[in-house]
Amino acid sequence: MTDIHNRRAFLRAAAAASAAWATVDLLDIEEALAWASLQVTKPQLPKFSFFTPDQAEVIAVMTSRILPSADGRPGAREAGAVYFIDRSLATFSKSQRQLYSDGVMDLNTRATRTWSASPGFVSLTVMQQDTLLRTIENTPFFQAARFDTIVGTFALPTWGGNRDYAGWHLLNFTHRPVFEPPFGFYDAEVNRRK
Amino acid sequence: MPQSGPAARFLPSETVDFAIVGSGAAGGIIAKELATAGFSVVVLEQGPRLTTAQFDHDEFGTFMRSHNSNSPETQPQTFRRTPKDIAQKAQVLVYGRMVGGSNAHFTGNFWRLHPSDFDEASRLGGVPGTGLVDWPIMYEELEPYYTKAEWELGVSGEPGPFDPPRSRPYPMPPLPVKSSGVLLERGAKALGFHPQVSPMAINSQVYNGRSACQHCGFCFFFMCEFGAKSTSMVAMLPLAEATGRCEIRPGSYVARIEMSRSGRATGVTYFDTKKRLQLQRARAVVLCANGAETPRLLLNSASSRIPQGLANSSGMVGTHLMINTFFGVHAQFEQPLNEFKSVQNSRMIHDFYDTDPKRGFYGGGGIDARFGYYPITFALGGLPPGTPSWGEGFARDLAEQFTRSMFFATHGTSLPVKDNCITLDPSLKDAWGLPCMRVTYQDHPDDLKCAQFLASHANQIAKAAGALKTWDEPIQPQTLAVHLLGTCRMGNDPRISVVDRYHRTHDVRNLFICDGSSMVTSSRGQPTETISALAFRAGEHIANFARKGEI
Repeated sequence: MTDIHNRRAFLRAAAAASAAWATVDLLDIEEALAWASLQVTKPQLPKFSFFTPDQAEVIAVMTSRILPSADGRPGAREAGAVYFIDRSLATFSKSQRQLYSDGVMDLNTRATRTWSASPGFVSLTVMQQDTLLRTIENTPFFQAARFDTIVGTFALPTWGGNRDYAGWHLLNFTHRPVFEPPFGFYDAEVNRRK
Repeated sequence: MPQSGPAARFLPSETVDFAIVGSGAAGGIIAKELATAGFSVVVLEQGPRLTTAQFDHDEFGTFMRSHNSNSPETQPQTFRRTPKDIAQKAQVLVYGRMVGGSNAHFTGNFWRLHPSDFDEASRLGGVPGTGLVDWPIMYEELEPYYTKAEWELGVSGEPGPFDPPRSRPYPMPPLPVKSSGVLLERGAKALGFHPQVSPMAINSQVYNGRSACQHCGFCFFFMCEFGAKSTSMVAMLPLAEATGRCEIRPGSYVARIEMSRSGRATGVTYFDTKKRLQLQRARAVVLCANGAETPRLLLNSASSRIPQGLANSSGMVGTHLMINTFFGVHAQFEQPLNEFKSVQNSRMIHDFYDTDPKRGFYGGGGIDARFGYYPITFALGGLPPGTPSWGEGFARDLAEQFTRSMFFATHGTSLPVKDNCITLDPSLKDAWGLPCMRVTYQDHPDDLKCAQFLASHANQIAKAAGALKTWDEPIQPQTLAVHLLGTCRMGNDPRISVVDRYHRTHDVRNLFICDGSSMVTSSRGQPTETISALAFRAGEHIANFARKGEI
């Protein structure tokens, strides 16, 4: 069961146990959760609103170098950070559009200039990509992409990224509505000693 | 939860007994006290009224898109360090902008002041160059209201070694200790300090018909979908409405307090949700809009007769802004703490609460164990300096350290300095055309010395607890505040205070103020319980004045 289903099941149980607050708002909460659930489990990937497919691929690769996956640990690509970035540029972050368009073009230009056989950034090896990114890591474009990669990996999935909570899995961050003590190693240790 | 009858609805043209501006820690309590006492009340709240269904776990929306707080886009601020500097656009003061106010999403820390807080100025002999004065009341007078606040709202805790005297025990036993609390206890005890349970306005068991905390972890800066956080929003406003005499009117942004020629408040003018100006008439007005918006409203209520602003014959309105100091020490441990679960705070020390003149600076505070991060903010700032900022090393450290990190937080005093103030920006207007607030603030050197003193002890505690790695938050001038205090302070002397000991403004007989602006000193970093107690006390006195025809 996903976290959202856990939450709904919990609320139903709470209502059954006559928690007055739960009964009053249960329908509202259920509706909100149902919508959120739909967003998270939609089978098709969303279309890009701002990026061209080629631009989106460059940014997706860039996010995969900023927060790489390794050994079964998801990274920004698995979390779909590029979808968050695309949505933000289409909506509340319009002022960054030029920065991203120019930045993508610049990355491809640098790729072909440095490795003349290469058609562009996405065709480079991982090592070459990292080398190239290191040369631009202090630029406004990289700083914006880094920030957006982080938000796109760790924000609520309703913002477009963190698909299926992949970003939270990366952190070993369990998202449940209810926890019980002991919470971590050191309080568990104290309880065991008692 | 009380059986709610039909909600009261007043026409703006009806003269209600009390118009209360702001629905937070103070406004909610005063609304409940006055409505229960039999008076008709309208609470005007600029923000929306959110339902439980709208309580989300949206870190990005909450912290970076101002979903439930004052937005720099619609209500920008300007900031300067001193009056000599030119103020630049910057968002420095953040408050909860919704029914329930900042209180609706606060961390839940609930510290009483100690008797020593009330007369520090006369005991220490003041601090030159500051406005440090005594409170017009002593601890004994406020104690019954601290107790009332704890029992009517719902506080969990346990007596600690430095607790002030209390007439009743804590209403609820402590919340379960967290790993961070165990580690603070371990380190503090090893150094000879005296750790105690952190008192929290969060239910550790079912209380007053509200659920116990479910430890969901989205606590500070989020509203509690279980109703377990003991706030005006869930514990006071519903009771006020249940009397049938209180209307909570959200989306009502008060622009001015209206005055008669005879110098009495006649009501408040406010923008409704369609940005149309409305006038709510009232026989008396109570300002509870927080320590930044309350003085701003008084200044925006200036007229040709009172060019310096309303209730401001002293020139004190907006001055002596205090924000407390917040610094501390980050720490990583070997095993997972999972601080993302449950409330922020379970243990603290008050060994350094009082001022010790031998240290060479005014002030004191507390050190507690917490985390303070959610996923995005952790990725942006939760790893030590020197960590790669991107790449495999960055990703690996995030994965390993999110569950292994905690923060030993210092909470300290701010001295009241006249130049630290809220004034109206001379040119910048908000989305309603009202002059924006200009914030002038520079920590007094003693505030930062005190913070440094506390931080160095926090560092020792972290190491004594066995931290593998520690790094300090740099002690530097603060540019962000959520505690907004001191700007319309209480006092017996009308030349150096704005309200008297009963929260009545010295200048206007039917205008009262009770919120963080009322505080005379900053507390040791956690003012909410004091604001709540002052509100219970103010509500009782205001009701008595009204009954006796003394308003």
